[in-house]
Amino acid sequence: MNFDFSEDQKFLKEQANKFLTEQCETAVFRAVLNDSKKTHSKELWKAIVEMGWTGTTIPEEFGGLGLGYLELCVIAEELGRAIAPVPFSSSVYLATEGLLLAGSQSQKEKYLPRLATGEIIGTLAMAEGPRQPLPKNMDVTFKDGKLSGVKLPVPDGSIADFALVVARTGDGKTENDVGLVLVDLNGDGVTRETVETLDPSRDHARLSFDNAAGELVGGAGEGWSLTRAILDRAAVLIAFEQVGGAEKALEVARDYTMERRAFGRQIATYQAIKHKLADAYIANVLARSNAYYGAWALSTNAPDLAQAAATARISATDAFHYASKECIQVHGGIGYTWEVDCHLYYRRSKLLALTLGGPPVWKNRLVSQLEQSNAA
Amino acid sequence: MDFNDSPEEAAYRKKVQDFLKANAAPKEATTASRSRNRPEAEVLVDAKAWQKKKMQNGFAQITWPKEWGGPGGTPMQQVIYGQEESGYDVDGSFFGIGLGMCVPTVMAYADDETCKRFVGPALQGDEIWCQLFSEPAAGSDVAGLITKAVKDGDEWVINGQKVWTSGAHYCDFGIVLVRTDPGVAKHKGLTMFWVDMKDPGIDVRPLHQMSGGSNFNEVYFTDVRVKDTQRLGDVGQGWKVALTTLMNERLAVGQAGGADFKDLIELAKSTELENGPAIKDGAVREKIADWYAKAQGLKYTRYRTVSAMSQGETPGPENSITKVVSASRLQDLTSFAMDLMDMGGIMVNPDDVGYEAAFQEGYMWAPGIRIAGGTDEILRNIIAERVLGMPQDVRVDKGVPFNEIPK
Repeated sequence: MNFDFSEDQKFLKEQANKFLTEQCETAVFRAVLNDSKKTHSKELWKAIVEMGWTGTTIPEEFGGLGLGYLELCVIAEELGRAIAPVPFSSSVYLATEGLLLAGSQSQKEKYLPRLATGEIIGTLAMAEGPRQPLPKNMDVTFKDGKLSGVKLPVPDGSIADFALVVARTGDGKTENDVGLVLVDLNGDGVTRETVETLDPSRDHARLSFDNAAGELVGGAGEGWSLTRAILDRAAVLIAFEQVGGAEKALEVARDYTMERRAFGRQIATYQAIKHKLADAYIANVLARSNAYYGAWALSTNAPDLAQAAATARISATDAFHYASKECIQVHGGIGYTWEVDCHLYYRRSKLLALTLGGPPVWKNRLVSQLEQSNAA
Repeated sequence: MDFNDSPEEAAYRKKVQDFLKANAAPKEATTASRSRNRPEAEVLVDAKAWQKKKMQNGFAQITWPKEWGGPGGTPMQQVIYGQEESGYDVDGSFFGIGLGMCVPTVMAYADDETCKRFVGPALQGDEIWCQLFSEPAAGSDVAGLITKAVKDGDEWVINGQKVWTSGAHYCDFGIVLVRTDPGVAKHKGLTMFWVDMKDPGIDVRPLHQMSGGSNFNEVYFTDVRVKDTQRLGDVGQGWKVALTTLMNERLAVGQAGGADFKDLIELAKSTELENGPAIKDGAVREKIADWYAKAQGLKYTRYRTVSAMSQGETPGPENSITKVVSASRLQDLTSFAMDLMDMGGIMVNPDDVGYEAAFQEGYMWAPGIRIAGGTDEILRNIIAERVLGMPQDVRVDKGVPFNEIPK
């Protein structure tokens, strides 16, 4: 048994860590946070593209590196650790994966090479306001090659060049009435407006479509199963980002409790503090182990990928939430100020918890899987 | 990443499977056949015979070197054996503390003659050992124990009381930690001895647990005389010796077994609530998902540990979370399952509540697991201090002579 990353993958992770430690201090996050006109860190994004990370899983015939998902997982963990303010997840985990899964040969030829080089950015447009992104909650429609309706919020919607839009293609509101539509966001009939979110380091936008031209990715009624397949894969990758973020938040918390003195001693000596951080460690270990299984399931396209992905996501969401909120708590008052970094992790943890659909959706899906599987 | 055995591991697993197939009966799918329903004395006879058979075939204490009668195997082989044996209806639980903790302590500190006398009989299951550390007033702070030994010529006279001694009533020997000098700091006045549990001055009384069962004992020492040659380690070095023993304890008390999410899913499927089946209830589904994720997290954490061993590396500290997570999870899950049974959940007879009363049993067992082998709180301290590197708490009894510490 070798339930671990290979030496090469660990080396890649170290390189990514070194690169991001230098290039993505929290000041980079803050530069985007403090400037409402900034959608992401252009310098960091450029550097990441130059590292070739955007083409990690894209086959060499389409200009990518042709590496596997385990490589992408270790990169994801480091991006999560660095809470990087870049459109990586939208362009790589969602748009690239969607095209790799179901894109036609011509769609792949047209988009993948440019996604690999970072010339274009892609995203997935799913949510329609503050409700679960289920087929019955969707009003954006695709008829006769034209897309209409509003998607909100769309990650990196202000800067993406194209989006895979989850839209109604049939007359009903069932899963079979959904299609996945590729839309050029720079074309006619598309209006975008940046929306304020609780993690402004990552761009989100309201995308309004008014008879915008689009083309299907996959079949007309396949959109929902395709979307779920994309989400399962992205959930594993986001889980690695969450694990990275959660471990970093725990380290920040631990380091502060060793420096800070109260009542004549380091606050790290108090059990009330220790037990909080021990609980964060416990949650992080569970999350990491579940993420590893998700990575294995993703890299082998295992039959239980959906179950593994949901499990990884639930665990990692829990871990990052706990570590980031208790990181603020152990800092006391100073932890609630703008100048101290605690809130950056707190913001990012909530964004990642909700970005692919929130915990209730994933827990429900997991139990549905369990009900079906023999394991149950 | 893969879950496959190396060729050597696969060959060893095959050897283990052949041995088990030829010598033991597979466990039935349900818990009904579990030996807990038979009288302990009867189970013990079978367990001793099984231990002997394992020893003769080179599957007892797989990592022990040949000089001690073990096969000199690897930790990974031990893991493989454990994985395979868990599918069979055999009971090795009587020997865990003795062979895992006590006898290695004897091996580390006793003279050759003593080792020669005891190691073999323990290994083949003829003699069982217990560990006599905890006391009524010394649990988490076990170094605060007060059972004393006073030197009298070539002998020591022991008086006091131990508690939570697993298996004392069927054990032949034990290792006992006592205070030999109350005038120095608490860790410095301790000494370890081995004792014959059949000594007339030792009185073993079953401890009546809150669950109604009796898995542990109180052990009273009244003028028990032991020879100085029964001392393990130097006088005053008992704490150091005890650490050798305790090092193995967190491995001994691992995952809290009992009712699990599969049982809960079955229960939820068959339980009708006001608005339909429980399995369709959002609150129920959320809890099942959370507990499933924790169970999987522990499972894959174990895989990571095994992987490290398989690669010949020392496992990281990840496994230290197992008991903390699984004990509370068992308590919460069983409590919730009983809630679903509503008023009927208070009944404990399997004929009345079904599921072999596993939820009720787990609910009454879990509080003990949260305490045994290091409380939740002590384990969190250990994680914080040894894994996260946080400093020890202030200890007001540090350096204070034991007899001056307020009690």
